[in-house]
Amino acid sequence: MGNIPTTVKHCLSYEQLIQDYPWLGSRLQEEKEMVPTRVKIQLINMLSETGLPVIEATSFVSSKWVPQMADHTEVLQAIHRSSHARYPVLTPNMHGFQDAVAAGATEVAVFGSASETFSRKNINCSIDDSMLRFEEVICTAKQQQIPVRGYVSCALGCPYEGPIEPTKVAEVVKRLYELGCYEVSLGDTIGVGTPGSMAKMLRYVMKEVPSSALAVHCHDTYGQALANILTALQMGICAVDSSVAGLGGCPYAQGASGNVSTEDVLYMLHGMGIKTGVDLSKVIEAGDFICKALNRKTNSKVAQARSKSS
Amino acid sequence: RVKIVEVGPRDGLQNEKTLVPTEVKIHLIDMLSEAGLPVIEATSFVSPKWVPQMADQVEVMKGINRRPGVSYPVLTPNLKGFQAAVKAGAAEVAIFGAASELFSKKNINCSVDESLQRFEEVTKAAKEAGVRVRGYVSCVLGCPYEGQVSPDKVAQVTKRLYSMGCYEISLGDTIGVGTPGGMTEMLEAVSREVPVDALAVHCHDTYGQALANILIALQMGISVVDSSVAGLGGCPYAQGASGNVATEDVVYMLHGLGIQTGVDLPKLMDAGAFICSSLNRKTSSKVAQAACKL
Repeated sequence: MGNIPTTVKHCLSYEQLIQDYPWLGSRLQEEKEMVPTRVKIQLINMLSETGLPVIEATSFVSSKWVPQMADHTEVLQAIHRSSHARYPVLTPNMHGFQDAVAAGATEVAVFGSASETFSRKNINCSIDDSMLRFEEVICTAKQQQIPVRGYVSCALGCPYEGPIEPTKVAEVVKRLYELGCYEVSLGDTIGVGTPGSMAKMLRYVMKEVPSSALAVHCHDTYGQALANILTALQMGICAVDSSVAGLGGCPYAQGASGNVSTEDVLYMLHGMGIKTGVDLSKVIEAGDFICKALNRKTNSKVAQARSKSS
Repeated sequence: RVKIVEVGPRDGLQNEKTLVPTEVKIHLIDMLSEAGLPVIEATSFVSPKWVPQMADQVEVMKGINRRPGVSYPVLTPNLKGFQAAVKAGAAEVAIFGAASELFSKKNINCSVDESLQRFEEVTKAAKEAGVRVRGYVSCVLGCPYEGQVSPDKVAQVTKRLYSMGCYEISLGDTIGVGTPGGMTEMLEAVSREVPVDALAVHCHDTYGQALANILIALQMGISVVDSSVAGLGGCPYAQGASGNVATEDVVYMLHGLGIQTGVDLPKLMDAGAFICSSLNRKTSSKVAQAACKL
């Protein structure tokens, strides 16, 4: 495979952004029990103490669709916002955006897809129609000086369509970027990607959008997440999404794992000498807290190892 | 192309709590042979006093269906073990050194130098008998007792094993603490002393770093990877934590990279499902978990 590209070394001198998205899309929604509001608030507060620069707090999707996020306003208003962190919230449309701003949101996120079928099944409209909705949100957000982050799901494969053409991913990412998203996160929604498909997809996407405006959101359903993240770092990506304790299973494979654990990502980055500004032991504590509250085991191998070694 | 060395039947089963009946081990090895694995570590000729799980070593060697072109190495800690192994039909053996003095003392009751002297007896006898010898170096990225291990020390031990006649040396991250950073540094030091095509990596997944570490090793020219079906074999130094990386997950990554392994992933998963049901445990392979849930 040749020598390690030098881009990893470039990351050593930059502040590595680790985005923590405990609630993203189907994240905490995948946790079967309804989580009490005060537990969510405490989790976010603990995460704020760790040094994480971005913590996705909640979602302003209609509580009819996502009952887990019905307490969005309460959560957003109750958390202690650290001056070092940002707290984006999901806003699928103008209605959600307006509610989010009324509740005090200072950053929002919109969620597109590289797969037509996934778009129709997940948000009930075509990719084109979803872009029209997002355009509304992004334009309004721009006027109010609220940054918008974009997500593209199914970047490495779709549960309905199978493999997705990198050119299609690049197209959707470019549209979100040109509409005004400051950053677009590329999601391997079902975790089927490998370093091979990750590298190929990124090559196409980076022809259209600068790497500084890209992030990766890898799922660990097939155990490939860290290897995929490493590949992305080597290609110049400096923003990585992850979830404390690996919260959030895979909604398309009942019982299989989903998000990659923030603890495991941090362990790798720190081992490579990459600065993140995040305190790993505090993240492990936050992970312990939420796992106890949810009465479930952590998905983080680092957390498991630390709690088992003498 | 990458060669996968399947260590499940030995390294894996040795570190599982449940004792496995001989016929189950034999069936597992046969299924792994059918799955296309080119090297399958079959058993260990360490004294059953120390490793009771491998007491049926001779029976296993004689019971397996050896597939043509597939190698079935066995562990031999000393000359006595080597002689017993050859008598039982072994055509390839493995010796196990360490890059950490404390680990060597605690694990095999002697210093690194003393262990290398013992191994020299084995490699001499093996040369005369026309038997290939594979070397292992443990603690290459960290030691449960000493903590950090110097890459130069790893390079030294690897070089000695190579010079005494090991055709390949597998570098083991015994407690899985390594990351791509440490792996790079260690491999740079070792590959200055030993040609890269005589090296393999044996990564543990205790901290979830195994696949990332393997990827780095591949990028640095390593083309032999050890793994264990279903991720059998926990970490003996952190009770309950995971150990070996799962062969299924490694193969998934390699195939996704367009790298040939000769392994049939569905058949491999069948072997994993078989041994997990025999051990009454869940698989540690994420690929296996995902595949059975979809």
